[in-house]
Amino acid sequence: MTTIGLQHYLVVSSILFSLGLFGIVTRKNAVMVLMGIELILNSANINFIAFARFGNFGFDGQLIALFVIILAAAEAAVALAIVLNIYKNFSTVNVDEIDKLKE
Amino acid sequence: MDGSNLITLSLFILFAPLVGFWFTLVLGKKMQKSYLIEIAVSTLVLLTTIYVSFTKLFFFPDIKFVSEFTWINLGNVPLLGKVTVELGMMIDNITALMLFVVALISSLVHYYSIEYMKGDKRYNRYFAFLGIFTFSMMGIVLTHNILMMYIFWELVGLSSYLLIGFWFEKDSASDASKKAFLVNRIGDLGMFSGILLIFVNYHTFTFDKIFLAISSGVLPFNSEFWLTIVGVLLFCGAIGKSAQFPLHVWLPDAMEGPTPVSALIHAATMVAAGVYLVARIFPMMTGDALFFVAVIGVLSAFIPATIALTQTDIKKVLAYSTISQLGYMIMALGVGSFAFGFFHLVTHAFFKAGLFLGAGSVIHAMHHEQDIMKMGGLRKKLPVTYYTFLIFCLAISGIPLTSGFLTKDGILAGSYAFGLLTGNTVFAITGFFVALLTAFYMFRILILTFHGTTRNQHAYDHAHESPFLMVAPLALLAALSIFIFYTANPLNADSGWVLSKWIKTPASVVPEHARYSFMVPEKMQEETTKVTEHITHSEIYTEALHHAHIPAVLLSLVVAGLGILLAFAFYQWKKIDVDSLTEKVKPLYTFSLNKWYFDEFYHKTFVAGLLGISNLLAWFDTYIVDGIVNGAASVTRMFSRFSGLFDSYVVDGAVNVTATFSGLIGLAFRKLQTGKVQAYVVLVVFSLVLLLLFFVKI
Repeated sequence: MTTIGLQHYLVVSSILFSLGLFGIVTRKNAVMVLMGIELILNSANINFIAFARFGNFGFDGQLIALFVIILAAAEAAVALAIVLNIYKNFSTVNVDEIDKLKE
Repeated sequence: MDGSNLITLSLFILFAPLVGFWFTLVLGKKMQKSYLIEIAVSTLVLLTTIYVSFTKLFFFPDIKFVSEFTWINLGNVPLLGKVTVELGMMIDNITALMLFVVALISSLVHYYSIEYMKGDKRYNRYFAFLGIFTFSMMGIVLTHNILMMYIFWELVGLSSYLLIGFWFEKDSASDASKKAFLVNRIGDLGMFSGILLIFVNYHTFTFDKIFLAISSGVLPFNSEFWLTIVGVLLFCGAIGKSAQFPLHVWLPDAMEGPTPVSALIHAATMVAAGVYLVARIFPMMTGDALFFVAVIGVLSAFIPATIALTQTDIKKVLAYSTISQLGYMIMALGVGSFAFGFFHLVTHAFFKAGLFLGAGSVIHAMHHEQDIMKMGGLRKKLPVTYYTFLIFCLAISGIPLTSGFLTKDGILAGSYAFGLLTGNTVFAITGFFVALLTAFYMFRILILTFHGTTRNQHAYDHAHESPFLMVAPLALLAALSIFIFYTANPLNADSGWVLSKWIKTPASVVPEHARYSFMVPEKMQEETTKVTEHITHSEIYTEALHHAHIPAVLLSLVVAGLGILLAFAFYQWKKIDVDSLTEKVKPLYTFSLNKWYFDEFYHKTFVAGLLGISNLLAWFDTYIVDGIVNGAASVTRMFSRFSGLFDSYVVDGAVNVTATFSGLIGLAFRKLQTGKVQAYVVLVVFSLVLLLLFFVKI
């Protein structure tokens, strides 16, 4: 039985990041894309906590993770508002159909 | 009474005719009787003038009234110094006399024209034109500087043009008006050059200031020669306006205008303006310039007199006699006989205006017949016209008891004295000869018109004496042709008030050795630089004139009598057969009949020359100048075409290639830009992975 070390955390966070990235790239629904972003943020959080736990950094990692959580909450609020507005303007939240940037 | 109101009143005299002109012209379209305004204005002007002139002449014969204001003040001009231009009025004795002459004849012509022009379709306009003429003439007379004089000089030219061409439907009238205007311009060109020379040298236009500067020794370009040139150039204006040789050709043609106009403009006033100008600039004329004036004068006296002998148009004869008489005046001024020259201007104005108005009366009675060969025997039909015409003829011939005798005799005595003093007797001899011719041709037209039997029964039967408004001016002018208005002694005008008090030879201001020798003043007068009216002639001159007087009187009586006698012998008693005599001197006769071929000569030389030069210039313009322009244009066009090609193929080509190339690149990269955020994210991640692969050594 091996003890759970830094690598385990990093693997989990990598998996989580990849899932998040996968969600951002593949999902059609804008809300799902947002959820992908949340996953990436949380994978970053895991990294911070893991390095704080196994590295010699004091409480800096935990503090930054707390900030990220707060930021994520704010981001979610703003992003959801954006999604609502997108829906209002385009009557859809399908990101494939929103290709105004092309013009 | 201090005469201070005279200038104010003369302003009224000057501008009232202008106002009359304006209202008559503007209201003429609506009011049938707007000419009455002009008549009223004319009468008012006459009354004011009588007051002004005689107040000046009787109460202030030795004072010169001047009023001026600065019109343009340029301050200190580089190279020229202080430059101001003053306008102003001046009333001295000759102004006053001239004012009276102009106003009197002008208003008489106004009254006369009421009848004469009756029924003309431009009746009101005619009177308006008379108004502007009076205005311009008053301007010439009243001004104290040569600039204003020049302005009014041109205005007179304009009004003369309007009046000569009054019946412009007739080609001959409109041609005559153009001719008069253009010929006058030639003289005015000289006058204008003279004015410019004066201004360049003296920085002023005012006569008195110019005279003052000359008398203090300032000469144009520091040379007496240039002073002579200035005098001659200014005199050129007089040559044009007074119809002197060689510019006299316009005056006979100007007879195309209405006859009262001829009386006003081409006999009494406008043509006298030239003489007036010479009188004004007399103090600054050098001996050489005066000699030139005298030569022009004597030629102008002689040539038209010979032409007048054979003309059959009554107005043409009078026109040539006018030139001849103006020549007398100019000659008198030229030989230094200033007083008689100007005096003749006054007396001539009255009797010549009378002659023209008389001729107008005849023409009116004969239904616009002007050929004296078709008249005759009109004495009984037109008694008043006849007797006044007789008086005028006696006056112009210089028969004692008339005004003409006083002045003509004076001029002849003056030229005789000039001959005695300088040995140059040409002027005197020609003067006497012209006096003979004058008497002859005047009585020729008198006899052919009024005596004998008629040669045109139809017109004769319908002829009748002219109405009161036409004969009254004649009577008045005939009265003014009697000596009593000028002097108490019918044989010698020297003691009369006109010569002893009013007309005085002005002081010459040119350097002494540039004058006629007899005009060198006494030592005492030499010191006075201030220009005043006093006699400059030395005692030698006065003595010579005294000596010349008796022979001149006798001789002029003889020649005048001879002329009249000859006229009677030729035309009344038929002692001499005119036709056979004509045959004998055929070349001379045709030469005179064709007016010395002056018109033909001018046509062949100046007009043809001018046309030739114009054609040459036109050719030069069409072929050379236009050719250069057109050539330059086609060269430019060719060059433009080439540079156009270069532009569309080379420059535009390069631009287009760049654009196409950019477009192609754009096409390639456009594919990447899908507009889908997710695609971008994939791209970002992919690129990141690539970067990591390159830069991070695993």
